[in-house]
Amino acid sequence: MKINRRNFLIVGGFGALGAGMLSATKSFGRKVQAGQGMPAPKWALAVDLQKCWAGQQAGCHDCLNACNKAHNIPQMNEAKDEIKWIWLAPFEKVLPGQQHDFLPEGIKEKPVVTLCNHCDNPPCVRVCPTKATFKSAEGVVTMDYHRCIGCRYCMAACPYGARSFNFRDPRPFISEREMTYPTREKGVVEKCNFCAERLEEGLRPSCVEACSYGALIFGDLSDPQSEVREILRQRYSLQRKPQLGTDPKVYYLI
Amino acid sequence: MLDKALKGSPKYWGWIIILLAIAGVGFGCYLWQLNQGLTVTGMSRDVSWALYIAQLTFFVGIAASAVTVVLPYYLHDVKSFGRITIFGEFLAVAAVIMCMLFVIVDLGKPARLFNIIFHPTPNSILFWDMVVLSGYLLLNLVIGWNVLEAERNALKLPGWVKTLIYISIPWAISIHTVTAFLYAGLPGRDYWLTALMGARFLASAFASGPALLILLCFVVKRVSNFDPGEEALGKLSVIITYALAISLFFVGLEFFTAFYSQVPGHMEGLTYLFWGLEGQGNLVPFMWLFVILAVAGFILLINPRTRRQESTLKIACGAVFIAMLLEKGLGLVVTGFIPNPLDTVVEYAPTAPEMAITVGIWAIGFLIITVLYKMAIGVKEEIDF
Repeated sequence: MKINRRNFLIVGGFGALGAGMLSATKSFGRKVQAGQGMPAPKWALAVDLQKCWAGQQAGCHDCLNACNKAHNIPQMNEAKDEIKWIWLAPFEKVLPGQQHDFLPEGIKEKPVVTLCNHCDNPPCVRVCPTKATFKSAEGVVTMDYHRCIGCRYCMAACPYGARSFNFRDPRPFISEREMTYPTREKGVVEKCNFCAERLEEGLRPSCVEACSYGALIFGDLSDPQSEVREILRQRYSLQRKPQLGTDPKVYYLI
Repeated sequence: MLDKALKGSPKYWGWIIILLAIAGVGFGCYLWQLNQGLTVTGMSRDVSWALYIAQLTFFVGIAASAVTVVLPYYLHDVKSFGRITIFGEFLAVAAVIMCMLFVIVDLGKPARLFNIIFHPTPNSILFWDMVVLSGYLLLNLVIGWNVLEAERNALKLPGWVKTLIYISIPWAISIHTVTAFLYAGLPGRDYWLTALMGARFLASAFASGPALLILLCFVVKRVSNFDPGEEALGKLSVIITYALAISLFFVGLEFFTAFYSQVPGHMEGLTYLFWGLEGQGNLVPFMWLFVILAVAGFILLINPRTRRQESTLKIACGAVFIAMLLEKGLGLVVTGFIPNPLDTVVEYAPTAPEMAITVGIWAIGFLIITVLYKMAIGVKEEIDF
């Protein structure tokens, strides 16, 4: 081939294209490594609504406050900017499609603890274009705030409205900064992470720790003797929107 | 050939300056948005995609519609389209660039855009959207440029360009199908979870895109010596007619499934759009305007006399374009979020900065069309002499 500018550009162009493809081929070639030794736990949460409602009668919001404090959740001025990881919503809104007109009096409006379900088949993980949201080996659906590009596809994909976006810089809206967990920047999505940072140290999530009514039962689904397996055996439980195939790991005991 | 776009009348430069001014205002608002965050828009925790993504969705359709002139000309030898394929391809270039701009202004962290390339995720439709849109832009730029060059130098089109053209045909279909897949595969959004989404996108694209192309061709006829030709525009208008008919048929299909099944999840989206839900319905007037314009456009187009007459054709094309812009560029995206996953209606309305940024991107799109069309007209006028 003659060495002239035209040929140089052609060969250089294809070379650059090939180099660019390298990163793409890497992702196809990677395999998930199985863990060595002990099988990874599969974390799940059971919410005992009877106990929770008893606590709420006494004005208890301990789980909400614990999470908000531990994770530097900002309290925004405008509803449209709000960030919430765990909050209370009416029973008929949290578990729609499982309602009828002749349920016990008042139950439809009763506040129910709502959070990310850490689904086994999470649509949010499926859609994330950068793997900024991903499922850990322990079944926790968690976020890498540094990789998130803020496209909000995960928010569209989540059937439970569990995710919040930082429409603005959250720092001015954090009353008391907790130094053990990072604050986030404007432009990234966030949500409950089952306190993955605490799970790493063998601690239970902040909300579970804070609940003094025993309404939040957390544990390992792969351990048949765990607290959460025990309670799921004893009591009938509901998942949110089970027909969607997401297989949530948050179970509501009515 | 770009030098052809640098020589123009005062009116031409006046138009360019107006567009630059509008784009400048939009850009200023974007800087404000970068500084403050997306809180300057009307988007919320519940309606997390709105005007920007809706406009992206609409203009992907416009971009895909270039195939309505390319396919008949290159695959079926419809000679009359030969005069306007270049305008279709350059419209596609402008539309795809608008799409990419709408994505960038919607991102929370635009500086991290290349994370999609550094960490490719084949299971994410957004990854494929980026791939097909970038590919389509490259294809149309290379094809358009080479077709124009060949025409200018009275040379036969090189074989490799022809290959790229053949590739661009299914690729055009793919860009719109992939964009439809963004919506049609989400389990939690009942309004979007329909297999018909991809088909609806294509039908409305093939109605709105050629409608815009016809209007642009009339502008070309007016500002230059180049006449796209009555036959080409006539055939395009027939394509619009059928695509519009199919589009409206598809809307009817959605209505039937929703209201005959009486399943609340299916009914809520359409109820919100056309009648309001739980007392809230700020999109209702726009949706009825869509109905009126679409029906009016259809009546004007289905009647051969009004379809062939220039004045009524222009009205029909304008009506169809605006109707589809309302339905896809406004109604579709926002309604996917209403009611929200907790069964509550939270409405959305765009803010002034958001609209200014949107109009700014429109101005950039028109700027690209202006420059590329000027170049194409320049070449065509040169060879016609």
